[in-house]
Amino acid sequence: MSLIFNSFPYLLGGALETIKLAFLAVLVGCVLGLVVGLGRLSGQRVIRALAAFYVDFLRGTPLLVQVFIVYFGFPQILEQLGSPVTRIPPFWAALIAFSLNSGAYVAEIFRAGIQSIHRGQMEAARSLGMTYGQAMRYVILPQAFRRVIPPLGNEFIALLKDTSLLSVIGITELTRRGQIIIASTFRPFEIWFTVALIYLALTFSISRLVNFLERRLDVADDKS
Amino acid sequence: MIRVRGLKKRFGRLEVLRGVDCDIDQGEVVVIIGPSGSGKSTFLRCLNMLEEPTEGSIIIDGVELTSPSTNLNLVRQKVGMVFQSFNLFPHKNVLENVTLAPVVVKKLDRAAAERLALELLRKVGLEDKARAYPDQLSGGQQQRVAIARALAMQPAVMLFDEPTSALDPEMVGEVLAVMRDLARDGMTMVVVTHEMGFAREVGQRVMFMDEGRIVEEGPPDKIFYRPENPRTQTFLSKIL
Repeated sequence: MSLIFNSFPYLLGGALETIKLAFLAVLVGCVLGLVVGLGRLSGQRVIRALAAFYVDFLRGTPLLVQVFIVYFGFPQILEQLGSPVTRIPPFWAALIAFSLNSGAYVAEIFRAGIQSIHRGQMEAARSLGMTYGQAMRYVILPQAFRRVIPPLGNEFIALLKDTSLLSVIGITELTRRGQIIIASTFRPFEIWFTVALIYLALTFSISRLVNFLERRLDVADDKS
Repeated sequence: MIRVRGLKKRFGRLEVLRGVDCDIDQGEVVVIIGPSGSGKSTFLRCLNMLEEPTEGSIIIDGVELTSPSTNLNLVRQKVGMVFQSFNLFPHKNVLENVTLAPVVVKKLDRAAAERLALELLRKVGLEDKARAYPDQLSGGQQQRVAIARALAMQPAVMLFDEPTSALDPEMVGEVLAVMRDLARDGMTMVVVTHEMGFAREVGQRVMFMDEGRIVEEGPPDKIFYRPENPRTQTFLSKIL
């Protein structure tokens, strides 16, 4: 018991790192995902194909391999290009890989959200003389954003759990810190169980928060 | 005002419009009737290029819609449309629904847009609903807001695509009343409808469409009481 008690602050510090990474990655992923998601719906075939390739590549390959490509692969390319900086710090490599990966999933979430808005909305907006961009911005996206909150929450949770992979490139997030403590205490059961519970507390809070947001927006939807 | 020549529309192998010609004058109220699948809605949707014609030409107010160099967004500002399913913007209240396009498209300042919107809402009898959201309104009220929204762009032509078909019977009258007022004010209107009473009373010309063509057209009295084409006769005998 005292073992758990003593290692708790150290583990929580790891949890903080975990949250920081997942949150930043989802944030960048949302921006990227919106752009790629709109690209998937573009009238231009080339843009559509590029966006589809991006999504297929990042969803069709293991996240761990993507992390390796950025962390170990990119520096090699940088070196060959004669860049003065060739080392990518683990945190940045992780953030780049996770953001790119998240962008692909979020793109599909946005695409589905946009397509779930009835066709008549776009037609009504266009019939009033709005351009495609104006119709998207003022009519389609505000409605789509509300609908994508639950799947975005799921994406955030999935991403947060996947940050445990980052122990392999030496980021001292939650899982890595668990390993470190076990290496000196030889108490895998208690420590891994504690680590698991901390993850659970994090994901549970996120899903609660998402439920809350969803309910608030629902209320806003059939506003008084 | 509107001049259509040789208009054809194919969806894959299905030919929905097989050559439509017609001229519509300024201030004229034209009602299009016909069985479902006859192409009347598709024809109407071609008039503001929500459907892109496969062949033929459409000229509105001297602008050729079918020419690739035409800015369709400019044309659509002059051609208002009212849909069967209203298509109000559910995340915006009534006033915002009406002011959105004038503010975004015409860059009208908000105060002016709101004045215009309130005036139009008064015209359709809904100024007291300005702050309500679409899902708090009945179907008839929503459709009247949709009409006000289209009018806010001050169009030269109004297209109505079965505006009362999605309404409960007791709400049809209020929407038709607004349309009747509009016709009386001299608006050029093209109306696809199943409301034969409205067609007879307000329509200045009735077109009967079947299988992608205008089969017969003329003043309401002639089409309804002395139709010449056997297909028109069959259709009318089923619905009157």
